[in-house]
Amino acid sequence: MERKNNPVVQGVISKEEFTQNWLQFLTEFLSGSKGFYILLILSGLIVFISAMFGVNAIYVGYSHVYGIYREIPWGILISGYVFFVVISTGLSIISSIGHVFGVKSLIPIGKRAVYLSIVTLFAGFMVIFFDVENPFRMAIWNALSPNLTSNIWWMGTLYGISLIFMIFEFLLILLSKHRYATIFGFLTLISKVLAISNLGAVFGMLYGRDFWYGPFIPIYLIASAISSGSTAIIFFTYLGYRIRNERLDKSMELALQVVGKLWALSLAILIFIVFWKIITGLVGSEAQRLAIRELMFGKYAPNFWFFEIFLGLITPFFLLFVSKFRNLNQMFAASLLSFIGIFIMRFDMVVIGQIVYHFFEYKVTDFPVILTYKPTLHEIMLIIGACAFCVFSFLIGEKVFKGHHTEIH
Amino acid sequence: MNWKEFFKNLKTEEQGCVPDETRREFLKIGLIITGVAAGGSLLNVVSVVAEGLATSEELSKEYPYKPHYSMVFRVDRCIDCERCVEACRQTNNVPEYGWRTKILERVDTKAVDQQRQFMPILCNHCNNPPCVRACPTQATYKDKQTGIVKMASYKCIGCKSCMSACPYDARYFNEEKRAIDKCDFCWESRLSKGMKNTACAEACPAGVRIFGDLSDPNSEVYKIVHQMGKAVWVLKPETGAKPNVFYTIG
Repeated sequence: MERKNNPVVQGVISKEEFTQNWLQFLTEFLSGSKGFYILLILSGLIVFISAMFGVNAIYVGYSHVYGIYREIPWGILISGYVFFVVISTGLSIISSIGHVFGVKSLIPIGKRAVYLSIVTLFAGFMVIFFDVENPFRMAIWNALSPNLTSNIWWMGTLYGISLIFMIFEFLLILLSKHRYATIFGFLTLISKVLAISNLGAVFGMLYGRDFWYGPFIPIYLIASAISSGSTAIIFFTYLGYRIRNERLDKSMELALQVVGKLWALSLAILIFIVFWKIITGLVGSEAQRLAIRELMFGKYAPNFWFFEIFLGLITPFFLLFVSKFRNLNQMFAASLLSFIGIFIMRFDMVVIGQIVYHFFEYKVTDFPVILTYKPTLHEIMLIIGACAFCVFSFLIGEKVFKGHHTEIH
Repeated sequence: MNWKEFFKNLKTEEQGCVPDETRREFLKIGLIITGVAAGGSLLNVVSVVAEGLATSEELSKEYPYKPHYSMVFRVDRCIDCERCVEACRQTNNVPEYGWRTKILERVDTKAVDQQRQFMPILCNHCNNPPCVRACPTQATYKDKQTGIVKMASYKCIGCKSCMSACPYDARYFNEEKRAIDKCDFCWESRLSKGMKNTACAEACPAGVRIFGDLSDPNSEVYKIVHQMGKAVWVLKPETGAKPNVFYTIG
């Protein structure tokens, strides 16, 4: 009896059952349409090409092929990392509302969200792998010589732990062991929320950088996570049903409506937060004012006004209300635009924090007051590769896990 | 001294006539070393010391490191000959693409009279170093004895967070070492071998760089920093990093 209560740990699942399950996954995978396989091969190919760029970067040396330099040491790869792990956190937060806290209307999106959360976190790790100069040393010294005052240490460790929790959570969901899955879901949620607040603090605790310093970024990122997670759920659920050529059932439709409303709320909160960041920044220290001015009126103005505000915040907010949270095509369009906007938000957040030259106030002629950063082909390809990896894994997931259908108990 | 007087004194300071007595009072309220006008702005130099201590003797007891290594630049003497930079390169094997110390050129065309000044920079070996706090693996750390911010290169994962954290642009990634490299006050190359001065300070023909123990009343750095006749300031005091590199004139 006891053994039955703990089937995974005790290994009660029979070998035959296990093999059967995997055979089923395989047959499912082979049942796709032509378009599905073309997309799959294409995304796989992009991942491969990007990996080659990454290997080349390691071989040649990052400083020779990346746009980062001494004064701007964090570039688009850090933005990409933030982009993916924030989506992953958002997916965990939103899915946990259903399958951890028992809000029934959100249960249908749970399985896909957990799967995609693993995928996007992994994509984030892939990107950071090609940014950190000695990733193998990281594995050793993170464990042997931890610096407990370092937010990067906490962030990396917590995301690492959450990946393990999530994998267990997903396996348990697959095995329909919902009680255990809930426990792991809860652990995932806790580790992810702690991780994202530390991710924010990686920037927010840098008291030498006025644009980042303060509690703004952790708060901004947690609100952003809910927004990004909702975006991802709507985007991928819509595509998932398209790929499988299925019609949404009532429960899934209801779930997406709830996600849509959560998304609208998080967008409103984000607009509020961004508004006050800008207003306070305009009257802050000179370094901060210079950074904000560059973002609003300088070279980054199109990024800010068009991508961040128009595509990332206002349009999705507007489209959600137009769709009345029912018209899926409009909600999908909102999520697509939002994805683009969110990426640029991450890019700006990372880069703007560094563009004001350290000694600008001393009228130094060696460097301009506002520094420039332009991502190189290698950096861009690595980001595209990570996106392609998400698409590739999503496609496989849709087929192998049969559209992530969940029975509601 | 009440607040009214305090603000009144600030006003007089702007006008350039601060009575010595008032200054002493000012010190006693905790700001210990006061920096005066630098580039038109008033800078308070608070590097280390505990609040409320006024005499030099008490001050030196409170320095957290012994020796408390520090450097002072007499900036107006710098002629940008870059011998210091070259000496640093040779001594510490600094590659062409990087630097541990650099001389910046300041130009203010609206300034009266002199419009150009050279400003040497290096790691400020801060007492509250943002880089040390940010490093995930303790690859960079504050030496408990000397206060020098050092590198344990073998632990460096190359995440560049210390570079991002540093308000002084003092760090770069050294490809040969596969680690971040920075000034260590020549600890590895000279001080640990019994030498008393850094390569850059020794190479300077104009006596711009003075290196020594800030907690030793007999050292030159001590004498320059602990006086009130001439302005002494630090760079970017607003970051709260509490640097140990000081600037003065003369």
